[in-house]
Amino acid sequence: MDDHPVLASPLNALDYDPAPESAAVAHLHESYGLFVGGAFTAPEANEQFATLNPATGRALATVAHGTTDDVDRAVAAARRAFPAWSTRPGSERAKYLFRIARLIQERSRELAVVETLDNGKPIRESRDIDIPLAAAHFFYYAGWADKLEHAGFGPAPRPIGVAGQIIPWNFPLLMAAWKLAPALAAGNTCVLKPAETTPLSALVLADIIQQAELPPGVVNIVTGDGRTGAALVEHPDVDKIAFTGSTEVGRMIQRRAAAAGTHLTLELGGKGANIVFEDAPVDEMVEGIVDGIFFNQGHVCCAGSRLLVQESVADEVVRRLMRRVDQLRVGDPLDKNTDVGAINSAAQLARIRELADAGEAEGAERLTSACALPSEGFWFPPTVFTHVAQSHRIAREEIFGPVLSVLTFRTPAEAVAKANDTTYGLACGVWSEKGSRTLWVAERLRAGVVWANTYNKFDPTSPFGGVRESGFGREGGRHGLEAYLDV
Amino acid sequence: MEQVSTTHRIASGSAVVRIPDTASLPVIETEAALRALLASLSGVDAVGAAARAAKLATRSLKQSTKRDALDLAISMVDLTTLEGADTPDRVRSLCAKAWRPDPADPSTPSAAAVCVYPDLVATAREALAGSAVAVASVATAFPSGRASLAVKLADVAEAVAAGADEVDMVIDRGAFLSGRLGQVFDEIVAVREACGTAHLKVILETGELVTLDAVRRASWLAMAARADFIKTSTGKVAVSATPPVALVMLEAARDFAEATGRVVGVKLAGGIRSAKEALRYLVVVNETAGALWLSPRYFRFGASSLLNDLLAQRTKQRRGVYVRPELFSGD
Repeated sequence: MDDHPVLASPLNALDYDPAPESAAVAHLHESYGLFVGGAFTAPEANEQFATLNPATGRALATVAHGTTDDVDRAVAAARRAFPAWSTRPGSERAKYLFRIARLIQERSRELAVVETLDNGKPIRESRDIDIPLAAAHFFYYAGWADKLEHAGFGPAPRPIGVAGQIIPWNFPLLMAAWKLAPALAAGNTCVLKPAETTPLSALVLADIIQQAELPPGVVNIVTGDGRTGAALVEHPDVDKIAFTGSTEVGRMIQRRAAAAGTHLTLELGGKGANIVFEDAPVDEMVEGIVDGIFFNQGHVCCAGSRLLVQESVADEVVRRLMRRVDQLRVGDPLDKNTDVGAINSAAQLARIRELADAGEAEGAERLTSACALPSEGFWFPPTVFTHVAQSHRIAREEIFGPVLSVLTFRTPAEAVAKANDTTYGLACGVWSEKGSRTLWVAERLRAGVVWANTYNKFDPTSPFGGVRESGFGREGGRHGLEAYLDV
Repeated sequence: MEQVSTTHRIASGSAVVRIPDTASLPVIETEAALRALLASLSGVDAVGAAARAAKLATRSLKQSTKRDALDLAISMVDLTTLEGADTPDRVRSLCAKAWRPDPADPSTPSAAAVCVYPDLVATAREALAGSAVAVASVATAFPSGRASLAVKLADVAEAVAAGADEVDMVIDRGAFLSGRLGQVFDEIVAVREACGTAHLKVILETGELVTLDAVRRASWLAMAARADFIKTSTGKVAVSATPPVALVMLEAARDFAEATGRVVGVKLAGGIRSAKEALRYLVVVNETAGALWLSPRYFRFGASSLLNDLLAQRTKQRRGVYVRPELFSGD
């Protein structure tokens, strides 16, 4: 049979040539002011800071550091805008939300490049996930704006007032959309504080808001660091705080909000468990594990950072998983074929390194992708730890990086006990072809989200949020309106 | 302000498959053993498989990767005509096309094979004498497979006697779906013997198997029965090759090779008309089964109009401009 005529292959493997998206379409400015009262304004104190491209470590632009006075101006603008905005017919508010959604779609390429430059995430993800989902949230809540009385929160639900919204650096534009869209639909006015390391896409959104001719003051965007966020939280005229970020900061905010009687929703950290039973659909499960922990470099609050695998298939699952991990293309985030991009900041990289080293020191076995890493910028290779014990730091603390901890179990009850052995409760995944077992396990998991035979799936119609130290309140879906209604 | 990103050498994305040197094919002496083998296979989550295929479709092939991939795809084409209206002249014309797809550019690789009905094998054999292009013939009461085993074997014998290097058989889908797995297995084994030294491609007709679970099980059944290739479709039913089906069959070929040491090829047929689709399938091959399958020896496209689009894109890559489709002959 071997003498059969065959032609030699001209190549051994498809070694993809670079396919970079153009950085020029970002149209970045040298510096950005604060978006207050419908216009970009100079900050009260002329303090600026640089935002870096984490893939190179070099500065992209400078942005204003919002002071207490700036926050005060922004809250005052939001307060002035509130009476007219909240009493506008819902169908009128919807018009603006639809407009913003369409403009996000029209400028999606620019937004995707800005997001990838500022955050370090692969262009494939910002292009195919972040930006389309951000537009989808505005479309979705535009639909609710004139139907609030049918949302199940009473016959005439009222908005809360001025909402202070503090968002993280992992999905900058998407988190802005998750917070702004329901707040505006419900008739609130907003002061948004983007994360210190990723302010740029929110500033492009400010430009879009201007383009959409949203009434001045309805949305204000104040950039800055933790001090700016603290000023917003402590402002006496803010009626509602919505925060997404670390559990540590969430605790401080909750103390403050409890004392002042401010409405509050928190979406905090997580230590999600992906539970794999021996009858799981193996190829899709391996993809799901990879997507669960290496999507967005693991900078995902609901990341499946713990893999709980049934002992009978553990070796086979790890073998298949490592083959897949070795295929991941780590590098230039603007390359359309990149799977894993840069770590967002030097500080985050230091945290990931510290925890990974702790994992090794505590006796877990470290398996690292053989991929080469760029010499400049902030990078960490996709990493899997096996032989992890429940007591190890890498099984308990949120790493927020591309690091997976593998643990094993023998029975469904043990899987549930291990999955729940955490202070968090944001998300879990269950992988099995047996529906009754999936439901049995899901019922017993203490987590806000349980995915079955998939992971990291988001949709504006579906509520998202945690329990215990992962926070409270829901974003998305009908439930997401409750956070911005006085109910 | 810095605007230019840097580029770095990174992992190729190709799957690394470890194939044992010593073969250990599954021993199937009873229908129970076959049933047990197929029952041991993992299920396929259809939503997840579709999502994986869609994600692979976003790969961007540029520059030399695109040029090499187009040439590779041309070399993988089984140029096919399976019509009642086929004539010896049409087959001779097809053979000339397969041998030298673009006479204006001698650097263009030949297609892998010409695929015809058994009565036209001798014509193709003669027309391709001296070339490396193989002659493939459909057989076993193609496309429905509705005939007795004796008739099917006679069909195969005729094709092989006329000089076919490769035989494309169809499985009895009715027998498979109604659970008569042993019958399907025995038929493939019998046809395999009738093929002699000719390569056997087993058509699963995935459009009639419908579920990806059935596609995976039928793939393993055919491979365990010594198929040289597993093939998606006849091209004669509404649904032919799809990206999720290709993904599942390539996973099956990969897992079978790792488990048994025997490398089985995969052929996609039916409905693949554009170079863009073909390149997307090559990405699925690369990232699922890996480099070994990136060769006409283990991967084929059964198609007719696809070749001209591959030639047009190849010319565009080389000359920088699109050419009129009429530049390339119809057959």
